[in-house]
Amino acid sequence: MRDRSLAPVLVVWTAAAIVAAAFAWIVGDVLWRGLAVVSPGFLASAPASGGRAGGIGPVIVSTVGILAVCLGAAAPLGLAAAVPLAEAGGGGFPRAVRASLDVLAGVPSIVFGLFGHLLFCRWLGLGFSILAGGLTLACMVLPLLVRSSEQGLRAARRQHAASAAALGLSRPAALLRVLVPAAAPALAVGLVLGIGRALAETAALLFTSGYVARMPSSFLDSGRTLSIHVYELAMNVPGGTPHAYGTAVVLIGVLVVLYQGAAAIAGRFNAEGGGTP
Amino acid sequence: MPSSGATATRPRASEIALHGVTRLAAAAAGALLVVVVAFVVWGAVPALRAVGAARFFTDASWHPRSGAYGLAPMLAASALVTLGAMAVAGPLGILSAVFARYYAPRPVAAAFRRVVAMLAGVPSVIYGLWGLVVIVPWIGWLEPPGTSLLAGVVVLSVMVVPTVALIADGSLGAVPRELIRAAAATGMTRWHAVRAVALPSAGQGLATALILGTGRALGETMAVLMVCGNVVQMPAGAFEPVRTLTANMALEMAYAMDTHRAALFVSGLLLVLLVGGMVAIAEAVGGRGADA
Repeated sequence: MRDRSLAPVLVVWTAAAIVAAAFAWIVGDVLWRGLAVVSPGFLASAPASGGRAGGIGPVIVSTVGILAVCLGAAAPLGLAAAVPLAEAGGGGFPRAVRASLDVLAGVPSIVFGLFGHLLFCRWLGLGFSILAGGLTLACMVLPLLVRSSEQGLRAARRQHAASAAALGLSRPAALLRVLVPAAAPALAVGLVLGIGRALAETAALLFTSGYVARMPSSFLDSGRTLSIHVYELAMNVPGGTPHAYGTAVVLIGVLVVLYQGAAAIAGRFNAEGGGTP
Repeated sequence: MPSSGATATRPRASEIALHGVTRLAAAAAGALLVVVVAFVVWGAVPALRAVGAARFFTDASWHPRSGAYGLAPMLAASALVTLGAMAVAGPLGILSAVFARYYAPRPVAAAFRRVVAMLAGVPSVIYGLWGLVVIVPWIGWLEPPGTSLLAGVVVLSVMVVPTVALIADGSLGAVPRELIRAAAATGMTRWHAVRAVALPSAGQGLATALILGTGRALGETMAVLMVCGNVVQMPAGAFEPVRTLTANMALEMAYAMDTHRAALFVSGLLLVLLVGGMVAIAEAVGGRGADA
């Protein structure tokens, strides 16, 4: 189909150009100002003078700790919860769970921060800690993990349910030996996207994991993630902007690697005919 | 029949255990929303008791330490930033989806979709950093101080575009091919077919896209916190610094005590009701097949 006049073509292409330009501008800005700061020493050393000098070593350690807690809690729960949802048929229960998770996925992250602060930091007495922050993030990424696991398991079931039944496998055996391995790429994609979401998060951590920039010695220590470090340096440390950009480059770099990885896995998965995760 | 083999034999203990554990996990996941809201309500109750729900809307100002709990300035700021952002991101997002579906050559469309997906993955704190270092000084050059309602609108617009574009793209993709072909056969121009056929038949999905985009904008914290200036005042102009509901929570939770702290939970509750209501509406409108 063609357009007789040039105006609509121009409008549509301009809109797309604006979006692409905004992306290039933001990423370019971060790379341009940030790459100058990043070096092996920056990655390894501790922040000095409030973050204006030194590096982000302890921040990376805290970030990894928070991610580990988050996935350790959310991944098993997400996979288990997805099993009944992915089963054929359905009815009221799966539908209610799905609707509830959809609304949960839309809850603003700052509200997860309030919730996590009250439940984990105060009620359970974890204080500002890596544990509290990770568990708060686990609640936040759970909807994403359940949904991706559900879709992966469902696609695997479509393909392999008949063969599992023909082999006379019990349901647990079919699930653990056939469906989960077959769904593994989709589960991996979900996990990677979950890590991405957790890495990008700031607001939910402000008053759960806190912003202590020292090297944490246990999961009960407060720890500052890369995102919070960017925020602190940009907003609360005069002269902290260069290192905020350095940290931002590291954050973006990790995210790009993660997303490319997810895209690669998803691409191979689709090529094998497993369905869209 | 694929499933009869499993049901013909008597269920084993492992089968019952698996069923129980996974159902329990699903129930727990489903109940998490209730738990989250319950804790926010629990945190809000002391303020609702001590101050009363009405005064959060009727008090003239927000001075929690002197007993004034008016959320109106922050509600207005949140509403204006969100509406401003959607006025830009709504059309831009839908046009982006139209571009990827109907205008871009195939490789360009694929590359463009990747850009949009990556834009969706950029952390909000990086949008905030970009806004603070790049956008705010430009606005400040026009009219100081730069941190302003307008800065919030600009940054949020870019942030929300991918949300709108991804869902709109999905729902346009669900429009039956035959409809578009039929439109082409009648000799419609491409633009006419998009406007008269594609967009209307994707209407529900587009509505979902706009509603979820609005929810995302309303709930965003870091980016607006970093560029809006955070002065509690009724927004009087685009260049005025304002403080949104979300920014207020992020700023004051660190030191708020007692009723003041509970009042922040009240604003959190209000936010959950607003955004949760929007998601529920989007859910009811349908277009669930549309999520990309």
